[in-house]
Amino acid sequence: MRTRNLLIGLLLVSLLFAGVVSFYASGSPDGLEKVSEDHGISAQAEDHALDDSPLADYGVKGVENPRLSGGLAGIVGVGVTFVLASTVIALTRFRRGPRSRAHE
Amino acid sequence: MHAPDGFVNAPTSIAAGVVAAAGIAVCLRKAREELDDRTAPLAGLVAVYVFAAQMLNFPVAGGTSGHLLGGTLAAVLVGPFTGALCVSVVLLVQAVLFADGGLTALGLNISTMALATVLIGYPLARFLLRVRIPLAVSSGIAAGVSVVGASLTFVLFYALGGTTEVALGTVTAAMVGVHALIGIGEGLITALTVGAIAATRPDLIHLNRSLAPTPVEV
Repeated sequence: MRTRNLLIGLLLVSLLFAGVVSFYASGSPDGLEKVSEDHGISAQAEDHALDDSPLADYGVKGVENPRLSGGLAGIVGVGVTFVLASTVIALTRFRRGPRSRAHE
Repeated sequence: MHAPDGFVNAPTSIAAGVVAAAGIAVCLRKAREELDDRTAPLAGLVAVYVFAAQMLNFPVAGGTSGHLLGGTLAAVLVGPFTGALCVSVVLLVQAVLFADGGLTALGLNISTMALATVLIGYPLARFLLRVRIPLAVSSGIAAGVSVVGASLTFVLFYALGGTTEVALGTVTAAMVGVHALIGIGEGLITALTVGAIAATRPDLIHLNRSLAPTPVEV
C-alpha cells in the first residue's frame, strides 16, 4: 500500500470515529471520574474555566440534534488536532537547519 | 483519565506543569531524530487517530467507562518522543477546545497520559518484541500495562498534594483495579491498530525500524 493511501485511510477512520461512532460511546464516567466520585477525591473539584465555550463537552453550542452536535465537534477536533500536531512536528524538524536522521 | 481542576493543590499542579514542560522540551529536541519525510506526515495523523479514538468510551464493569490513552500506540508507530508530543497535542486540544481536563491540570494530565504511558509502554513493547513476541501482541500488552502505570502516576501526584484526604491505599486499589480493566480495552485497540498497519506497511512502524539492523527502504 502506498504511504499516501495509508494516511488517507487513517484520516477517514478518524473522521468516522469522531464524527459518527462517538455518538455510540459509553456515557458512563471514566475510571478516574468514577473512583473520584466513589471515594470523595473530587470534593474540591472545580468547574472547567471554559465550560461555556462553543465546543465544551464535545458538542457544538446551538446545535440541538445530539448526533449532529457531537459529530461536528468531533470533526472540528480532528481538524484542529491535525493542524496543531503537524505544525509541532514541522517545527521539531526544521528548527535547526535541514532535517536529517543520518547522523543517528 | 482527564483530571479536572482542583483535584491536586496549586504547588502540585505547578510541579506537574514543570514535569510536563521538561518532558515536552526533551521530546521537541529528540523527535526530529525519529522523523523523516515518510514518517512525519504519519505523526500528524497518529495524533488525529488518538484524538478520535479517545472519544470512544467503552463500558467496563459497574457503570464505568474507559477510553484509549494512546501513548504506547503512538510511541510504537512514530517513536517515543514524537508519540508523547502527539498525545500532548491531543490533551491540549481537549482542554482548551472541549473543556475536557482542567487548564491548571494540563501538566498533570500530560504527565500521566502522555509521558508516563510512553515511558512505561514503549520500553516494554520494545522488550517484548525483542523476546520474539509478535509486534501487535507486544504493543497491546505494553499499552495495557501503561494504563495501570498512568493511573499510578496520578496516585503519585495525588499523594504529593491531593486536595482531599482519602487514604492512599484506598485510592491506589481503586485506581489500579478499574484501570486494569480499562487497560484490557487499551491493549485490544492498540493491538488491532498496530496489527492493521503492520499488515500493510510494517516498514513505516517506528518500533520495527528501530530494531531492524538496517533501515528498510521501500
